[in-house]
Amino acid sequence: MVAERFVVVGASLAGLRAAQTARKTGYAGPLALVGGEVHLPYDRPPLSKDYLKAGDGPEDPTFRTEQELEEELGAELRMGTWATGLDPARKVVALSDGTELEYSALVVATGAKARTLPGTEELAGVHTLRTLDDAVAIRAALETGARTVVVGAGFIGSEVAAGARKRDLPVTVLEALPVPLVRSVGEEMGRACAALHRAHGTDLRCGVKVTGLTSDDGRVTGVSLDDGTTIPADLVVVGTGVAPCTEWLADSGVTLHERDRGIVCDATLATGLPGVYAAGDVAHFPHQLFDGQLMRLEHWTNAAEQGMLAARNALNPAEAKAAMGVPYFWSDWYDSRIQFVGVPQAEEIRVVSEELGEDKFLALYRRGDRITGCITIDRPAQIMKYRRMIMKSATWAEALAFAGVS
Amino acid sequence: MRIVVDRDKCTGLGMCEAEAPDLFEVQDDGSLKVLNEQPGDGQREEAEAAVMSCPTEALTLVED
Repeated sequence: MVAERFVVVGASLAGLRAAQTARKTGYAGPLALVGGEVHLPYDRPPLSKDYLKAGDGPEDPTFRTEQELEEELGAELRMGTWATGLDPARKVVALSDGTELEYSALVVATGAKARTLPGTEELAGVHTLRTLDDAVAIRAALETGARTVVVGAGFIGSEVAAGARKRDLPVTVLEALPVPLVRSVGEEMGRACAALHRAHGTDLRCGVKVTGLTSDDGRVTGVSLDDGTTIPADLVVVGTGVAPCTEWLADSGVTLHERDRGIVCDATLATGLPGVYAAGDVAHFPHQLFDGQLMRLEHWTNAAEQGMLAARNALNPAEAKAAMGVPYFWSDWYDSRIQFVGVPQAEEIRVVSEELGEDKFLALYRRGDRITGCITIDRPAQIMKYRRMIMKSATWAEALAFAGVS
Repeated sequence: MRIVVDRDKCTGLGMCEAEAPDLFEVQDDGSLKVLNEQPGDGQREEAEAAVMSCPTEALTLVED
């Protein structure tokens, strides 16, 4: 018989919420929280936003002090320790310090790591932005007035570009696709977002391919493109997406997705191994509100909601509930806020703001006869009303009527 | 029970409104309006869910 112990592997938002929820729902047994970074759990959204702003030292993004964590969680905290293996037969997680942790219930919340440009990892001045250490390095480079080149016009890269422009630094954003963000919001919406870059003096170049970086004495000096040009750079930020952290699960029997190696879960976030659940960026799950579409979300709200749910389900599998949260993310560019709810894959997208002749962007997404998505730029009062409609499976006609079009 | 908003932390992301639309509403300028600052015990669960859901930890419930 395995001893009772609730183990959470991964100490970012999803892992923290899992541990907190275990205690909140009355679990009084041993609890261990394992985190690969040396830092205590911290919040990531500020890293690409407020953290990069000029002025006095940025606010510490740590969620709780060590003492607060100990009081709230009464947990064994294993920071700076990463999982190296999972043996479901013995119900143990192997750790990088050579020890093992036995579990009776386990939540895997190991998240994802930023993709890099192969062969540039050792070059000074080249960074991804995922961790607090990344943000510290990028902020330091901006402080010195770095000429900034961002590779990838996704949300993280775009926020970095906005941060650099706010400091009045020259910024170039390079995007391989003809329009940015097509996969996350669709083409017309991607164009509306791209317009924000151009309006704020960022040199956005789409449909270009990076062929390599130039360097001098181990430090980056520029980014070379397939048209033969080289853009001078002191700081290169690579924002080309993330890959789930699941190498340690390769021989565990957990099903990993063939495309990205994320963990394939059922609707209750169960992995199929007894007692093992997953949450956050690492987890694929069939979303019952969207015809069981298998999705893996890299959003703050998803990590928070799934961390809580995975803990509840792992500790009380007999009453496990499905993950039903309507996806929501936001991104702050310059002085604008982009907000998206629902899923972007749609049969029809109506740019309502254009139909009504309004400046501030609003588009609605339809599948069948339902509203299944909404994007707004600088319309903070409306987005949650559409989120509730999507949650309640409101009809397309209801959504159009609410928006004031027919 | 009283809802307290830290206006320095709140950026109007609206998660509280999604959890508790009877208690919170984000305004056009992005500021948060608390529709009922002293909810009854019947609304405790949704008020607590709203507090927990806030990405900037701007909300607290104070027991008077």
